[in-house]
Amino acid sequence: MTVFDEARSISIRGTRREKMGPLARKQAWWGILFISPWLIGFLLFTLIPMLASFLMSFTNFNITQPGAWEFIGLRNYQRLFTDGDLRAALAATFKFFAISLPVAIILPIIMAQVIIAKPLRFKRGFTTLFYMTYMVPLVSAILIWRGMLNPQSGWLNRALGVIGVKGPDWLNSTTWVYPALVLIGLWGVGNAMLFTAIGMRNVPSEMYEAAEVDGATYLRKTWHITLPLVTPIIFYNLVLAVIGLFQYFTVPYILTRGTGAPGNATLFYNMHFYRTAFRFQDMGYGSTLAWLLFAIAMTCTLIVFWSAKYWVYSPGGSEK
Amino acid sequence: MTTTTPADAAQVTPQPVVAQRTGLSKKSRDRIAAILVTLLALLMMVFWLSPFAYMLTTSLKTLEQMQNPRILPESPATFEYDGKTYDVYAVPMPDGEVRDLALVKPGRESSQFIDPDNVEAGLIDWEGRWRQLTPAYSLDFQWQNYTEAFREVEFPRLFRNTAAIALFGIIGTLISCTLVAYGFARFPIPYKNILFLILIATIVLPRQVTLIPTYIIFQRLGWVGTWLPLIVPHFFANAFNVFLLRQYFLTIPKEMDEAAYIDGASPPRVLWSIILPQAWPVIIAVAVSHMIFAWNDYFEPLIYLRSRPDLQPISVGVQEFNFLYGTRPDLLQAVSLLALFVPVLVFFLAQRYFMQGVVFSGVDK
Repeated sequence: MTVFDEARSISIRGTRREKMGPLARKQAWWGILFISPWLIGFLLFTLIPMLASFLMSFTNFNITQPGAWEFIGLRNYQRLFTDGDLRAALAATFKFFAISLPVAIILPIIMAQVIIAKPLRFKRGFTTLFYMTYMVPLVSAILIWRGMLNPQSGWLNRALGVIGVKGPDWLNSTTWVYPALVLIGLWGVGNAMLFTAIGMRNVPSEMYEAAEVDGATYLRKTWHITLPLVTPIIFYNLVLAVIGLFQYFTVPYILTRGTGAPGNATLFYNMHFYRTAFRFQDMGYGSTLAWLLFAIAMTCTLIVFWSAKYWVYSPGGSEK
Repeated sequence: MTTTTPADAAQVTPQPVVAQRTGLSKKSRDRIAAILVTLLALLMMVFWLSPFAYMLTTSLKTLEQMQNPRILPESPATFEYDGKTYDVYAVPMPDGEVRDLALVKPGRESSQFIDPDNVEAGLIDWEGRWRQLTPAYSLDFQWQNYTEAFREVEFPRLFRNTAAIALFGIIGTLISCTLVAYGFARFPIPYKNILFLILIATIVLPRQVTLIPTYIIFQRLGWVGTWLPLIVPHFFANAFNVFLLRQYFLTIPKEMDEAAYIDGASPPRVLWSIILPQAWPVIIAVAVSHMIFAWNDYFEPLIYLRSRPDLQPISVGVQEFNFLYGTRPDLLQAVSLLALFVPVLVFFLAQRYFMQGVVFSGVDK
């Protein structure tokens, strides 16, 4: 059961409270004591800062002059509409979203199908090596892939040259930079692949045997048995991918050394946020940007969670 | 044709039908499938790992070697003969063989070569235009790139900083997440489901929304420019690791706790003596995944340690290096290898427990 299945099933089950006897009450105090690190941390590092940043979004707070701030009403929110960089950032983020999300969902499924395929030899070796790249620190992966993508000396364009295709100047083209970023991110799919593979392995073999008796082909078995049964894991990968996209920062920042080049094509939302809040120290407007992002990310997440009841398999049917 | 015994005939499965149609026994069909699927996976693996090969070869090249079309670090070969240095070419001989020969006397339509492996044979006459020959290459590794990169990036310092930040973070996350997971797994807490739902919800909360006030608080505390902002928050648990640990704890039979309680053990004692000794795989999984996190984390070290290069971890330090040495791909690739070496090594050492722990608690039923 993934963490988001748990969340869904709690929200479906509801949160009844049971009456407690004296022994249970003593146990409850122990429980509260044990979870107190999180309770305190949640207040200190999540709830209070969240509310503070909401309030700050109505101020012109700048950390270089911490004493000289005042409430400026909705002016930060009005600024959102005239902020050209914000428009560029939203465009870049959603363009990348459209290209990378399908890859983030489909690639782990294909790789998992390969590593659990019954005829495959050296399964353990393949799984370990495909997963291993997940451990490569991002900064190394970025530098390595930047070399691979070099239009002259990089291996990708050299390989394309061998089959007679002239490769693009990946990182300096406002079109090709997005697929290039997807390539740089490929190594990170290890976890998603592994989870999907385990989900597939958990499919009861009787289901396949029954389908085989009916003469089902590999593709039909995959489409009608494997995929529906791993939808909870696809859902899990999807939620994490959506959240990750809004946090996307390290790759474009290191690649372009913070410029967002070419043009503003890699000025992702989080880079715009970083520049506003930490380079220009404009933390009032930075908070406004943070809350706009919060609103967008929450909307997307809620849509994904809401859609789950139409496509995500839940064992035992309806839980109501 | 396959011969069937009555026992085989009794359990009719579709395979024999297919076997008859293709004329292959099940065994050889299985073998062909194994070869095809393994080849496909191998092809994917070549693509998957080719950047590693790129990194290794590039890190051992000079800038000139990067311009030549060879994959391995190779330089045009030369040969010393009679006190002079001559270029070596790949020369197609009349008998069809291609030999690496040093060009001694170039001429327009015919030239004289010498065979570096067989000098005694003397000069070899060759008909043809030597300008159309391709130069022969010989391996020429630039191991000094690694020593240079190691020194220039001040690797020992970066490594020490990263390891320290990671280690304190691991301690914090293990202590806090174990306690919280134990609380959620075993105790009747009021509004437990709602609290647990809130905990999970923090996974999907974009961290930007808490970042600015947190930064201001840390700045007021005088913690900006220290490791504390990168370590202290991990002593307050995080949702992913709590979930992983809780899932594992739930599989440990409750009867074992109860037996210990009857013997007079307290809840902390049960955690220490009953639960933890059985939870090694997931504890290792949490520790390794925090290490990966610390090695990768870039945003927070960037904002908290901008003014203190001496305290920066690998992620930020390598990026500074990248700023300064953008024109030296050889050194950048050497640095990449240095930076990935430790996490990848730890993964190979802990991989059995790590994958078991992550998989078990993350998705298994």
